[in-house]
Amino acid sequence: MKILYILTGICLLISLVANPSKTYQALKIAGKRFTKLLGEFALLLILVSLGLTLLPPRSILGYLKGPGKLFGTLIAAAVGSFTFIPGFIAYPLAGILHQQGIPYMVLASFVTTLMMVGVVTFPMEQRILGIRVALVRNILYFLLALLTSLGIGLIFGELP
Amino acid sequence: MISKKTWAIIVYVILLCISLIAGFKPGIQTGKNLVNFAYQMMRVLPFAFILIGLFEVWVPRQTIEKHLGVGSGIKGHLWAVVLSAPMVGGLYVAFPMSYTLYRKGASLGVIFTFLGASSLCRIPMLIFEASFLGIPFSLARLAVSLPLVMVSSAILGRILQKRGYQPNMDL
Repeated sequence: MKILYILTGICLLISLVANPSKTYQALKIAGKRFTKLLGEFALLLILVSLGLTLLPPRSILGYLKGPGKLFGTLIAAAVGSFTFIPGFIAYPLAGILHQQGIPYMVLASFVTTLMMVGVVTFPMEQRILGIRVALVRNILYFLLALLTSLGIGLIFGELP
Repeated sequence: MISKKTWAIIVYVILLCISLIAGFKPGIQTGKNLVNFAYQMMRVLPFAFILIGLFEVWVPRQTIEKHLGVGSGIKGHLWAVVLSAPMVGGLYVAFPMSYTLYRKGASLGVIFTFLGASSLCRIPMLIFEASFLGIPFSLARLAVSLPLVMVSSAILGRILQKRGYQPNMDL
């Protein structure tokens, strides 16, 4: 996180020295974009906080342990699509799942959908892309995530 | 005029307050989640938006058009992957950024690659992933998923372009 702050500071400073009025314009654009998306960010917060309560990250282990590889991959994809778990929780969790013997392809399905398919970011996505294209993108990337886990399964010898 | 969105937010906050007063545990937990995630997001968002603003002001349109625009070919998609690597946050930062790229003349296909790649190969995330699941896993995941995303993004972009699709430009 510190890198982000330092980088932003340096960029702002350079920009300010080079051209104050352009810098002011940049800040104005930043403010405008942010406020226009404020409602979408609020909806994101609501969906994320609800999701974390309805499906606590710890309970995910239970869902992924029972079913076999293929069915597990599907469940993991569904869980990953519908929830938004920040990386600093998701990856340690994935590490634990791995130690518990969950196959790589199930984990791949989980982390890939978690990052690429977003039910919680859908309000923001449809604001920019429109409902139809946002839907198409999510479905397409969901399928890509499934294909990716099949590939992972082949690479790690989990699929015959 | 209060929009539906605002109403949803107001009702949600009121419900959380009632849970807090009534001692309804799941409600309180949800409130905690909300505050926690809001804090995480606010640590990233202002800075990300300032960088997006600076990008928009300083990077010339011709540069983006030339390297990421229609006709930039596979190079444009590779550029999108490079651009996505240092991203922070998640899709919620990638969407505003892709909006800026599109305004500057990036092609639709490149935008979709950027969205996919910023979820697949953000460096901060990769480091995290590799330390918990191992470098082979991360490498294999990238090797399989990135080409898939690039090819399907290019196809999706081309189809949408032919249909004259345009994203909303009112931000």
